[in-house]
Amino acid sequence: MAAGSTYEAIATQTLASTANSITFSSIPGTYTDLVIVAIGQGYTSPSYGNLQIQFNGDSGTNYSSTEFRENGGTVGTNRRSTQSNLFVSSFLDWGTANQNVGHSIINIFNYANTTTYKSTISRGNIPPYRTELNTGLWRSTAAITSINVSVNDTPINIGSIFTLYGIKAA
Amino acid sequence: MPLQLTFTSGSGDSIMSPVYKFSTAGSFATARTLYKSALAGNSTFVPQTAFDSIATVTVGSGGTSTITFSSIPSTYTHLQVRAFARCASGSAIRNITFQINGDTASNYYRHYMQGDGTSTPVGGDAGNLIYLGSASGTANGVSRFATSIYDFLDYADTNKFKTVRAIYGYEDNSNGQAVFGSGHWRSTSAITSLTFSTEGSFAFSEYTSFALYGIKAA
Repeated sequence: MAAGSTYEAIATQTLASTANSITFSSIPGTYTDLVIVAIGQGYTSPSYGNLQIQFNGDSGTNYSSTEFRENGGTVGTNRRSTQSNLFVSSFLDWGTANQNVGHSIINIFNYANTTTYKSTISRGNIPPYRTELNTGLWRSTAAITSINVSVNDTPINIGSIFTLYGIKAA
Repeated sequence: MPLQLTFTSGSGDSIMSPVYKFSTAGSFATARTLYKSALAGNSTFVPQTAFDSIATVTVGSGGTSTITFSSIPSTYTHLQVRAFARCASGSAIRNITFQINGDTASNYYRHYMQGDGTSTPVGGDAGNLIYLGSASGTANGVSRFATSIYDFLDYADTNKFKTVRAIYGYEDNSNGQAVFGSGHWRSTSAITSLTFSTEGSFAFSEYTSFALYGIKAA
């Protein structure tokens, strides 16, 4: 059996000012899976928006997702088909920057293969509003080399942190 | 002017780019709170002490009905299995099943709750295997694979029954599923092997992969 350190940080972006999106580019194809950990908040009044991503600059309607959530004591689910971006979780919006932050962990499987479509599974924790699990699909066989992350209804607030990790299988 | 912090390691190397901290008071552009730790308020994620690849199985063109990890070393604290799976079932999705250490007796339990866009079924059962995880079936178009992440906690501890948690599901642009699940093996034996199959014993398809990782606590 092989062994070795396999969970590595590829890049981190910490916002020094509000931004409409952040991009990880020139992603090496040397890992098996990618993980994005997003910690932060949007810039509008208290609520939550959609944390969404595009791969390789593809703005075609090639994305879809399924959401399973709890919010306010209610369990819910919905789907998004034929979208121009991939919904990966809700993301906290909090206009008066404070300690409330949302957390999202996005797993992107087999991102460098050129045979299959790309599948994701992601967790979102959006206090005090909701917790979620989401599955996603990008209907492309292209290897993922760049990822753009944004929130649908607001710039991303100063201090938000986005880290891209690579996991390498034996 | 927002507060800017820079953190360094014990050796003096910079370990984080400048961090602006959120505050409990004031507006975006005014007061902010100074924390002694970068982890206060808006922590960054730090990977476990060790996250090592132990073994990976990738299915070839002929398919295979079972995937087994054997001789799993007991030197880690937890195990994680990450599965990217498709199978020969004619349905859109099939459950992945597994047994531990070859135990075929009725020593397993599982619970789940899921959302599929229209309903949110929940359930639990006991049996001689655990139904956790997803494999896409042929009713999905080609190139679509389901995903599953399993965490086997304290797998080598011989004083406890074993617990596994999982998140899994699939998405195909017409249908989808997102599932939280947990499982239980009523044995105090250390886990030394894991055998994965599908409900109905449909063969895993080409390009399916199961990757086993060991997570070591400090």
